[in-house]
Amino acid sequence: MNFLKGSLAWIEERTGAMAFVAPLMFHHVPRNAKWWYVFGSATLMFFTIQIVTGVCLATVYAPSAAQAWQSLNYIDTEVPMGWMLRALHGWSSNAMVVMMAIHMLQVFLHASYKYPRELNWITGVFLLLTTLALAFTGQVMRWDQDAYWGLGIGAAIADRIPVFGDQARALLLGGPIIGGETLNRFFALHVFVLPGAAIALVGLHMVLIIKNGISEMPKPGAVVVPSTYRKEFEERMHKDGVPFVPDAAQRDMVFCGVCLIGLVALAAFYGPFGPGGIPDPTLINTNPRPDYPFMWLFGAVSLLPPASETAIMLIAPAIVVLVLVAVPFLSNSGERAPSKRPAMVLLALVTVTAIAALTWEGTTSPWSPVMDGWSSLPTPSEFTKGRTPLEMQGAVVFQFAQCRNCHSLDGRGGKRGPALDDIATRLSYDQLVRQVQQGGGNMPAYGKNLDSAQTAAVVGFLSTLHPFNEPDAMTPGAQLPLPSGAATIR
Amino acid sequence: MSESKEKSCGCGGCGCGSAPAAASKSEQRRGFMFKVGAGLLGVGGLLTALPIVSYLIGPATKRFSNIWVNLGATSSFPAGQTRFATFLNPIRQPTDGDSAKTACWVRCIEAGQFQVFAINCAHLGCPVRWFEQSKLFMCPCHGGVYYQDGSRAAGPPPRGLFEYAWKVEGDALLIDAGRLPGLEESV
Ligand code: HEC
Repeated sequence: MNFLKGSLAWIEERTGAMAFVAPLMFHHVPRNAKWWYVFGSATLMFFTIQIVTGVCLATVYAPSAAQAWQSLNYIDTEVPMGWMLRALHGWSSNAMVVMMAIHMLQVFLHASYKYPRELNWITGVFLLLTTLALAFTGQVMRWDQDAYWGLGIGAAIADRIPVFGDQARALLLGGPIIGGETLNRFFALHVFVLPGAAIALVGLHMVLIIKNGISEMPKPGAVVVPSTYRKEFEERMHKDGVPFVPDAAQRDMVFCGVCLIGLVALAAFYGPFGPGGIPDPTLINTNPRPDYPFMWLFGAVSLLPPASETAIMLIAPAIVVLVLVAVPFLSNSGERAPSKRPAMVLLALVTVTAIAALTWEGTTSPWSPVMDGWSSLPTPSEFTKGRTPLEMQGAVVFQFAQCRNCHSLDGRGGKRGPALDDIATRLSYDQLVRQVQQGGGNMPAYGKNLDSAQTAAVVGFLSTLHPFNEPDAMTPGAQLPLPSGAATIR
Repeated sequence: MSESKEKSCGCGGCGCGSAPAAASKSEQRRGFMFKVGAGLLGVGGLLTALPIVSYLIGPATKRFSNIWVNLGATSSFPAGQTRFATFLNPIRQPTDGDSAKTACWVRCIEAGQFQVFAINCAHLGCPVRWFEQSKLFMCPCHGGVYYQDGSRAAGPPPRGLFEYAWKVEGDALLIDAGRLPGLEESV
């Protein structure tokens, strides 16, 4: 014991480590800073896991377009615990994004970004961007079909930049095609540049936390007055604060411990993400999808009106970043309590709902045709019962002309266009012919692609699609069902 | 112990004791030296940054010209049909692996008349698929649709499919290929 004390003192005398660390460990934090404050620590913990597992993976991963995919399969199948390391890296990445989002939401709802913590918030915004960039470049590391076509999407967006589009695209891809230099470029970003930036930003974030202290739980009426805040805050901490270790740290430890166990369980149970299909761009039977953190963007892109799409794709991200950075400048004093800031709470709620809804949209992607719907889905048997040969022929045309890729029957098929189960109650024969021949909306015109016999057949089939107890839509003017009392009016 | 103390003490005394004139002279020299140092570092830094920056933006400044690639005998593209064709990108490099493989759609309008489409949707670059029965190209990402002549039929694409220039040499169909097709390609 004495020896231990002695050697610690020896080290302390030469490094001053404790003198440096003690104020960090024992600085006073608000007594009421309870479970709300654990998410930042959890984010940091997952980031640490990313660094450790990332370095481990880099010892085997081959950062070369010719071998990356093979080396991942090698890690999964041949390297002891390789699959687990990949699983930990993948799950921890998602967990880090989730924890960061919750942390940010909490800080926003509690207005912790107000004086004097404006720069805490701004370094946080840059940490958000860095983390998302790490997530995107990480998806590229997987070098499978999703990675390849995801880069294709990035390239197509860069290409739309006015004047410099071509150069921007070349910079992104590291050359004229998606290839070897693309992967290496993203590898350098993913393992050197972005982690370096993230570590520096985390350091800055920490320094600011120590300097400005952790904010108290917001209370209605406890307004932030920049001219007196710091002095009063320090007095309150001195009188009523509790040391970070152990009072606050113990909660962080409990939460992080639970998170870690959850992470290992998820990784062990569900295993690693991908790699998906081999990154051979001539294998085109693929449905490229981004990773979860970007699903909402994938969804958003599909909802943009084509006319203003380019402008929105290029300008919106810059505006979002600007607004985020501007948050603490727009209001850096006054009330912090959510109950006194209903507009901000509403804004947060709308944002979260929008991202959740877009993520759902992106996951189900109803705008994507079901590419093999026409060949793989059966015609529901009730839609063939009692049909004439021509109508049966129409059911065949409906499949073979790929209508089913965009339209569902009996709930199965594409969701790009409306379900057609009861289309005959909505459109008359003539209207159906017009819709098939001229298309419209997001439907192509089939006028030149189907001959008149095929058109007659498919429309014949469609006009049988109505519930048997409901009449079909009549050709206007043919046999208008008279409204009750119409006779007397006439 | 006491000796070392004395030593450091003596050293300090030495500095304090120098004449004011000498101090200002050394200060002057220090000011000059600082400026020279800043200048040298600046020039050196610029000289170092130049190759680094040009290296990093190299992909944007280097010009790649497309090269004629042989897609095979014209007889493998029957008239009135649209066929899938693949080739190795002519401007590939050793580390590209599979990603140097490239696909395109070849439409033979009539003997000797072709249209060669890039696989990439003009919306966000996903690979479009050809459906012979409905004579449509469809994109799996956001539902872009094109007619057999490559013109936009429906969905979000801002234009028709990108086309490669083609020529027939002897019996072979050649296309002018290389860079990933994009908006720089003429309409
Ligand atoms: C690329 C996807 C796509 C394909 C393929 C497609 N449609 Fe459509 N269809 C749509 C969309 C989108 C709409 C909605 C159009 C609008 O909003 O005006 C639609 C609308 C319709 C409607 C009108 C629906 C209503 O409720 O008003 C009919 C009928 C129809 N399609 C039939 C067909 C038939 C028959 C085929 C095959 C020959 C076909 N569609 C192929 C996308 C498609």
